[in-house]
Amino acid sequence: MAEQTAKFAPGTHPDLKPPITSTGAIRWVRENLFSTPTNTVLTLLSLYLLYLIIPPLYLWMIHDAVVNAASRNECQDLGSGACWAVVRVRISQFVYGFYPVELRWRVDLAFVLLVVALVPALFDKVPHRGYAMIFTVCYPVIAFFLLWGGLGLEPVESSKFGGIMLTVTIGVSGIALSLPLGILLALGRQSNLLVLKVICTCFIEFFRGVPLITLLFVASTLLSYFLPPGVFFDLLLRVLIMVTLFSAAYIAEVVRGGLQAIPKGQTEAAQALGLNYWRLMGLIILPQALKISIPGIVNTFIGLYKDTTLVVIIGLLDPIGLSQSILADSKWQGLSTEIYVFIAIFFFISCFSMSRYSIYLEKKLHTGHKR
Amino acid sequence: MTAIDIDQAPFKVSNLWTDQKSRGLLIQIVSLILLLLFIAYIANNTMSNLKLLGVETGYGFLSEPSNYDINQRPIEYDSRSSHGRAAVVGILNTMIVAVCGIVLATLLGFTAGVLRLSGNWLISRLVYCYVEFTRNVPVLLQILLWHGIIVHTLPLPRQALQPADGVFLSNRGFAIPWPQLEPAFWAVVVAFFAAIGGAVWFAGYAKKVQAETGKIYPVITINLAMIVLVPVVAFFLAGQPATLDWPALTGFNFKGGLTVKPEFIALWFALSVYTAAFISEIVRAGIMAVSHGQTEASYALGIRPNWTMRLVILPQALRVIIPPLISQYLNLTKNSSLAIAVGYMDIVATIGGISLNQTGRALECMSIVLAIYLTISLSISSVMNWYNKRVALVER
Repeated sequence: MAEQTAKFAPGTHPDLKPPITSTGAIRWVRENLFSTPTNTVLTLLSLYLLYLIIPPLYLWMIHDAVVNAASRNECQDLGSGACWAVVRVRISQFVYGFYPVELRWRVDLAFVLLVVALVPALFDKVPHRGYAMIFTVCYPVIAFFLLWGGLGLEPVESSKFGGIMLTVTIGVSGIALSLPLGILLALGRQSNLLVLKVICTCFIEFFRGVPLITLLFVASTLLSYFLPPGVFFDLLLRVLIMVTLFSAAYIAEVVRGGLQAIPKGQTEAAQALGLNYWRLMGLIILPQALKISIPGIVNTFIGLYKDTTLVVIIGLLDPIGLSQSILADSKWQGLSTEIYVFIAIFFFISCFSMSRYSIYLEKKLHTGHKR
Repeated sequence: MTAIDIDQAPFKVSNLWTDQKSRGLLIQIVSLILLLLFIAYIANNTMSNLKLLGVETGYGFLSEPSNYDINQRPIEYDSRSSHGRAAVVGILNTMIVAVCGIVLATLLGFTAGVLRLSGNWLISRLVYCYVEFTRNVPVLLQILLWHGIIVHTLPLPRQALQPADGVFLSNRGFAIPWPQLEPAFWAVVVAFFAAIGGAVWFAGYAKKVQAETGKIYPVITINLAMIVLVPVVAFFLAGQPATLDWPALTGFNFKGGLTVKPEFIALWFALSVYTAAFISEIVRAGIMAVSHGQTEASYALGIRPNWTMRLVILPQALRVIIPPLISQYLNLTKNSSLAIAVGYMDIVATIGGISLNQTGRALECMSIVLAIYLTISLSISSVMNWYNKRVALVER
């Protein structure tokens, strides 16, 4: 000891390296995986769980999977894993349903234009955003004529719609229509006018109180009773109305939560400035309330998008409906797992990106102080 | 006096619109009239449609024989029973899957929520993956996937998997031993409820004693022991009025015990796993909502960690957790209507499905289904509002 201290004058000892166990990967592993006995047990258990799940899943999904085959039997001869051939062979049906083959470019165009229309609405750093928004506002009309025909385009019946295209059609129109309706319902429920309040409350509670599937049954069996004799309208349209009303009720409740969180002083200050009701709401209250309700609104949208699968129960051919007709084909019988996994991946990608976008938006609109 | 007397101002029709009060009244009257007109229009259309189709209306058909079978029947039912009885079977089936699903989803969800907050990186990532995967895939698809897995990957009854004695897993369902109850079993049930009553009384008594003298009884241990032991003692006193019925393979299927159908299992698992993902996020948010200062303050007062959890953290976390938790329970109940996709006979599949198709009474059948769901939802949400009012923070 004495020798060592003699070698260096006080304060001149060169820095020693920290012990190897308290730096880099080893430290991270010690702190995050094996910090306490319980954590060690949990880590080992989850590693075992991963060992049970990952290798068989990898073998089934990728290593032993068959992509090129003409039938299930051929698949089984070629490999023991998943038979993705069914998805590859029927992919166009999964995307377009029974939309006429020679007209499918219209669906593609509508989809590309949807992306073009969405970009300025979703991101604010787009050049010439003002002009781009004009296109966004016009988009629903363009999409309607592209998908259903008219204006010189060959008309297509909505019974031909199917697959992912049907999901996106119902999802996007439901989302676009239910937001304004939901906001109006929320305002109505918060209103001072008793009659409006009661009407809106009853509407919201009714649609939130029953499952969507019963509403779809109402749409498919009962709605024709409510219309004048001889008037029929399209099943897809009826479904769209029900889906919109259903999710509008949920959005109304989310927005109401946001409205209730705004201090009353904001309303009073705006009234003191002489703003009338619509200006008060549009300029002062709603921008703040909607900002708070973004996570809830996006969750409702994700819910609506997932709920589009329910239309299969009343006979529309969304991806699940198509999969049932494919499974009925003797060539592909029994491949339900592959098809369902494929559809699940499609929904996961769309819903997960929606939830990521909501997180981005929340961060962007967060104007308060970060803690 | 020179003050302006408003009442004296000459009346103009435009005042009806510019004055706030009369405008409000006007809007309400107009919207009420519009609503009534709309209802009258729909009622009129329905009447003329029904007359045109020549359909009888009324709920008389509920007492007519249903002529269809239901594979899972909690009460006596066969194809000669009435449509009304089929509806009751459907309601019971909905209740069974909802209650089982709520129990499993709560267990899974709380476990996942706590694990997600754990300091263990691996396990919290794993739970995150589970939550994101299940939340972002439609529950209908998950039901179909579970159903497919059970029907396609499990063996036939003859080669059934046997993870434990008397438990058989096959593609016809899971067969498990089930107690056969004798009439004397009611003694056990009475004992159980008496024990619960005693536990409630004892908790109140212990609280009173603590408030008066500061003496603390081990309430939870004593109450748990009471609730478990009293029915067990009653069971033996009543002469063991229940025997376990073991399933056995006869021919192509299982006899005895209880065979749980694949449809039920698929629906139960899918709904539980799906709802549990949402519950875990609610639990996580609830625990994170209680600020760390509360724990620190409690420690500073010398309260032990488990008492801190029970007396300080949990009551505050539950205030955040319970309302969304109950709405998830409600969602699970409503989602159980997807049962129709795998052929589980719930209320939508019986009265809203087969009965509707057989009798053509769309209006009546759908109104029954809607009324049942509305009753469930509204009663649960009124309980929730009551709870919210009770636990709400009392502010200025």
